[in-house]
Amino acid sequence: MKRRVVVTGMGVVAPNGHGLDRFAEALRAGRSGIRHIPELAQLNFACQVGGIPEGFDAIRKRYFDHEKLLSINDNIGYASVAAVDAWTDAGFAMPEAEDDRVDWETGVIAGSGIGGMDTIARTLVPMVNEGKVRRMGSRIVEQVMNSGTSARIAGLLALGNQVTSNSSACSTGNEAVIEAVARIRLGLATRMLAGGSEGASPYIWAGFDAMRVICRKFNDRPEEASRPMSASAAGFVPGAGGAFLLLEELESALTRGVRIYAEVLGGMVNCGGHRMGGTITAPNPEGVRRCVRGALADAGISPREIDAINGHLTATYADPVEVKNWSAALERGPEDFPWINSTKSMIGHCLGAAGAIECVAVVLQLRDGFVHPSLNCEDLHPEIAPYEGKIPHSAVACPDLKVVAKAGFGFGDVNSCLIFRKWEQ
Amino acid sequence: MSVEQITQKIIDILRGYVKDSALLEKATQETHILKDLKVNSARLVDIIIKCEDVFGTSIDDDEADRIATIGDAVLLIQQKAA
Repeated sequence: MKRRVVVTGMGVVAPNGHGLDRFAEALRAGRSGIRHIPELAQLNFACQVGGIPEGFDAIRKRYFDHEKLLSINDNIGYASVAAVDAWTDAGFAMPEAEDDRVDWETGVIAGSGIGGMDTIARTLVPMVNEGKVRRMGSRIVEQVMNSGTSARIAGLLALGNQVTSNSSACSTGNEAVIEAVARIRLGLATRMLAGGSEGASPYIWAGFDAMRVICRKFNDRPEEASRPMSASAAGFVPGAGGAFLLLEELESALTRGVRIYAEVLGGMVNCGGHRMGGTITAPNPEGVRRCVRGALADAGISPREIDAINGHLTATYADPVEVKNWSAALERGPEDFPWINSTKSMIGHCLGAAGAIECVAVVLQLRDGFVHPSLNCEDLHPEIAPYEGKIPHSAVACPDLKVVAKAGFGFGDVNSCLIFRKWEQ
Repeated sequence: MSVEQITQKIIDILRGYVKDSALLEKATQETHILKDLKVNSARLVDIIIKCEDVFGTSIDDDEADRIATIGDAVLLIQQKAA
């Protein structure tokens, strides 16, 4: 029998709110975190809007001392604050620096899509090009190595189980959770912090702007720019932030007597192999459907039990395809489709952080019994229009909300799907 | 610059790299930067760069390798100024 895994703590730094209560309130109110970004205008980006956590410099100074702050770029900062919040939310104290004990039963999987690009672009490349390698100092590697986030978090919390960082584009955050669940199920860890982060940097977003896949038509109306499922969707809005879930083996959580938010019933990752319509940038529909069905099988539930879907839904041409794939995978047409929404309509696409932030959004909706609005899709895409009754434009109270599916589909034709169930004694 | 002035400037530089600044209150010329002040050894290169900036000098790798205590740093800066 599988060991059961539950969520006992969460932390989030999102463009529309830092902290669980602020984020939950923003989700319920449909508050957008998308704003005009003057730097993007100065740099001649076609897309000049984005979702960046507000006031983060002040936030991180409350969490870390001067010495640590020198090694904490945006990506690591978002991850570290969210991880610390998840840790304390789960009822653990921050270890003192002089306390030499290690928690061998807890690990961390901290993903990001592109990662410490701000350090690379603003410090590493200019100094190397100017012949000043000798004067770069000691803090470059720890900020640009892919495992910089997990390494920092392990040190902050004295974690001694597996400490690693994953990367699978927009599927990263979900994948971290799925890998962490697997490790706990195998009995190799009692607890895992799992999540993802992404810095706020034009150097991360430039490649997407060049591909013309980010939104360039709503620079004068930032809050309307992220339009998943809309007929006038014009590309995704880049975002940044971080989120972590403290996943815990059920018996441990019960023994500790702590609050349990939800159970992770199951999950699945796969890849479409860049075949059957899949490419480096587009999903193979068969891969997506297999991923959703695989998650359901792993969770041991039937498609009928899904009450709501938190989609990948980025506001590109892929949204109608995604809805069609959900319908096929669940074998549920418009008449009995679950609720479906897109957190990205409020925060944009936070890339490597997206899955993690949106998993937190899912668990908060389960905790508080509501389905958050999907903004800016009053003009539904014609292929999605038949599902209109299941797409909330304002928050819907759902005290019976029990099972929610969360998916992410990323460049590389990679897919991930998670099934969460509200915890009830 | 007097020994006292150089020592104070070095202590000010070290302040950014010690976890417990109280350790600097009782620092002497014999205080070991890694063992007594518990500075992360990886940060020694940052301290050297900072010394170069503060004292307007350059410190090569061999010279840097000779610095273990506050007194070693003070002596090196004195010699460079001489």
